[in-house]
Amino acid sequence: MRFTRTSKALGMVAIAALALTGCGAGGGSTDSASQSAGDPNKVITAYNSEPQNPLLPANTNETNGGRVVELLFEGLRSYDADGKPVNALAESIESADAQNWTIKVKQGQKFTNGEAITAKTFVDSWNFAANSKNLQNNGFFFESIAGYEEVSAVTTEKSADGKTTTTPAPTAETMSGLTATDDSTLTVKLAQPEADWSLRLGYSAFYPLPSAALADPKTYGENPVGNGPYKFEKTGAWVHDQSISLVKNPDYTGPRQAKNGGVTFKFYTDPSPAYTDLQGDNLDITDVLPSNATKTYVSDFPDRNASKPVATNGTLNIPGYNPNFQGEAGKLRRQALSYAINREEITKVVFNGTRTPAKAFAPPVIDGFKADLKGSEVLKFDAAKAKDLWAQAEKLQPYDGSKPLQIASNTDGGHKEWIDAVANGFKNNLDITAEIQPFAKFAEVLDMRKKQTLPGLTRAGWQGDYPSLYNFLGPIWATGASSNYEKYSNPEFDKLLKEGLASKSTEEANAKFNAAQEILFEDLPGLPLWDYAKPIVWSNNVVKAETGWNGAILYYNITAK
Amino acid sequence: MVRFILRRLLQVIPVFIGTTLLVYYMVFALPGDPIAALFGDRQPPQAVIDTLRAQYHLDEPFWVQYGLFLQNLFTFNLGNDFTGQPIAATLARVFPVTAMLAIEALAIQAIFGVAFGVFAGLRRGGWFDSTVLVASLVVIAVPTFVLGFVFQLVFGVQLGWAKPTVGANADWGSLLLPAVVLGLVSFAYVLRLTRASVSENMNADYVRTATAKGLSRPRVVVAHILRNSLIPVVTYLGANLGGLMGGAIVTEGIFNVPGVGNKLYQAVLRTEGPTIVSIVSVLVLVFVVANLLVDLLYAWLDPRIRYDQ
Repeated sequence: MRFTRTSKALGMVAIAALALTGCGAGGGSTDSASQSAGDPNKVITAYNSEPQNPLLPANTNETNGGRVVELLFEGLRSYDADGKPVNALAESIESADAQNWTIKVKQGQKFTNGEAITAKTFVDSWNFAANSKNLQNNGFFFESIAGYEEVSAVTTEKSADGKTTTTPAPTAETMSGLTATDDSTLTVKLAQPEADWSLRLGYSAFYPLPSAALADPKTYGENPVGNGPYKFEKTGAWVHDQSISLVKNPDYTGPRQAKNGGVTFKFYTDPSPAYTDLQGDNLDITDVLPSNATKTYVSDFPDRNASKPVATNGTLNIPGYNPNFQGEAGKLRRQALSYAINREEITKVVFNGTRTPAKAFAPPVIDGFKADLKGSEVLKFDAAKAKDLWAQAEKLQPYDGSKPLQIASNTDGGHKEWIDAVANGFKNNLDITAEIQPFAKFAEVLDMRKKQTLPGLTRAGWQGDYPSLYNFLGPIWATGASSNYEKYSNPEFDKLLKEGLASKSTEEANAKFNAAQEILFEDLPGLPLWDYAKPIVWSNNVVKAETGWNGAILYYNITAK
Repeated sequence: MVRFILRRLLQVIPVFIGTTLLVYYMVFALPGDPIAALFGDRQPPQAVIDTLRAQYHLDEPFWVQYGLFLQNLFTFNLGNDFTGQPIAATLARVFPVTAMLAIEALAIQAIFGVAFGVFAGLRRGGWFDSTVLVASLVVIAVPTFVLGFVFQLVFGVQLGWAKPTVGANADWGSLLLPAVVLGLVSFAYVLRLTRASVSENMNADYVRTATAKGLSRPRVVVAHILRNSLIPVVTYLGANLGGLMGGAIVTEGIFNVPGVGNKLYQAVLRTEGPTIVSIVSVLVLVFVVANLLVDLLYAWLDPRIRYDQ
């Protein structure tokens, strides 16, 4: 009797899991005009969920912690609303050869506990983050610095049953390329020239840490002390599973001056209650809308919503190990699939304009983006061409259509609708059977992608870490890259990326990266689908709000009524 | 009596092991790597993943994992969840909130359910009885989540009588709206049970005797009719308490209550075996204790019931 009760409860959980939807996106764009001075002391309440890790910048690689960490710290640079890096703690950043960098650190800056920030603070913080022993999720952001190999070294053991285990085994405690010549001068030697290296310095992994953080990261991460526009209201301001309260840091002098008295993040496990709270003015702002609100948020929040294109895109990846998509016939088929997707219509009908058809492998908000790269014509819907290419492929090697072509995706994030639309495009234009391969959880898809056992295609998405073309190419498509799960590899592509990184100017680098994209268009290891826009809504207590280049709300810029 | 309680408490052991084993196994059998799931599209260095896997014994076979869990449990150290938070602290945070919610809901359904049921039962076929019967049928027919969304929108957003969600610092006041939603369906059942029971007992011999003895009407109703009518109601309420503690996932989700249901839902999404089983363990105890209390109440309600042979 009690057994059945328990299993019933679990069954209900499973049903609830299937019924609830994850993040969605909204549509339209309305600019609110009314702009008054607002009340600079009022505290804003904002949507968030429980951060996954203690709040250490180099360990925070998920949105929930990211929202908080970005307000608690300030780095050498910070990004303005358009993604342009501006100097914050850095007085100047210079390099003659894109390999040896000299950074002048502003003097007189302090953490909120009074500890001074000098060049040495950055050396210590970065060495800590890069050290494999410290298990920081974003440690790989320091990979360009000379000596990273040694501090991040690991040993991999293979046990009798063939399982491999990786354990940290650094051979040095400090990166050789990193030195503080005096309190105000930080010199960085990279392993090879990298033109866009300084673009990254606004990313949270590069924030400075006080000495307490290095001594006991876990305890520190519960009550972090930073140097950003906000600070913890008090020790214990993080009530787990409930809220985090931040107040304005009066000593902050950087470019992100807070225009309100503080931000209280209220934690939600689902965006729906947050949306209702906003309607009742019980919450001030959210950047996550329930998926059923994409059609209604403009009418629910007239003059209190905004939508802006962000550095996030979606692709449909085609694993190279699938026999149907190998060789010359495979290439023709990949092109045919791409031509058979009506991106224009799907973004309009399914996404209500909250996404725009992709024009390249990187979204347009990224500096260096080009819309008419060679080969990008495959992104246009052309049923006749799709049929024709498929027929040509049939002549080379017949398609194994014994099983439907499956598109793997988790179904808890509002993905089913567009995948059905894409599958229908394949069915109608190529005369093959296609369907969604649904998974309850993202982890299951990821598991199969990593093990290379997917029977068909898979959806993929990427949100930019820092505003650079390379960030949309290297981590996803370079040989052996961390998120290259389908194991795409093309030496020519790798070579162009390397040359791009080694360029001395950003223009030169972007030209190389765009040439690399043309190779991707040739190979089509994935089909670019669309670029995202980020809709946000706010309550009657807020005058106006906006998002930055990466879709994050600029909390410091919000004024309250 | 003492022997009865002891015997019942001893029964907890097999029930406890059975449930935790079953639940632990079900979680273990869920597909997908929970550590990889923590990170999503952007995976951390392999060393981080492997260290976490080793830390949570995820590479061990099922029996080792379950054994370690039991061992931890008996040393009163529940360990940490996948985000590094101590599970014991999580339980201490979520259970009081849900207990408050459950008690409030239980009070609403017990007080109003019994009162309405008695009135309806005493005047069977009257206008009150007919109205309440139809109304309770409507309440039973509407799913909880519909009721939840409607109440939230009407009382929370449009009328502004209550906050639309609970969130941090839950107290009796902020939990009232979800408690009403949670209690409403059971309220309808309690009402119907009481009504049926009361109207049946009204014609019983001992009621006629009591009336013939010249006892006042209120005394007859409370001491004779009501007391004897409560056994099915108490049985239902007792079973319901456990359900309210563990089964409020939908309501807690709608009203963003930082309680057991919400935590359990997240833990299932993250395939966090230890958290799920720890919560379920406490729920098992709640069920057993609630059922024990119900059994003890029987003797008080009906002195003919004896526990020890």
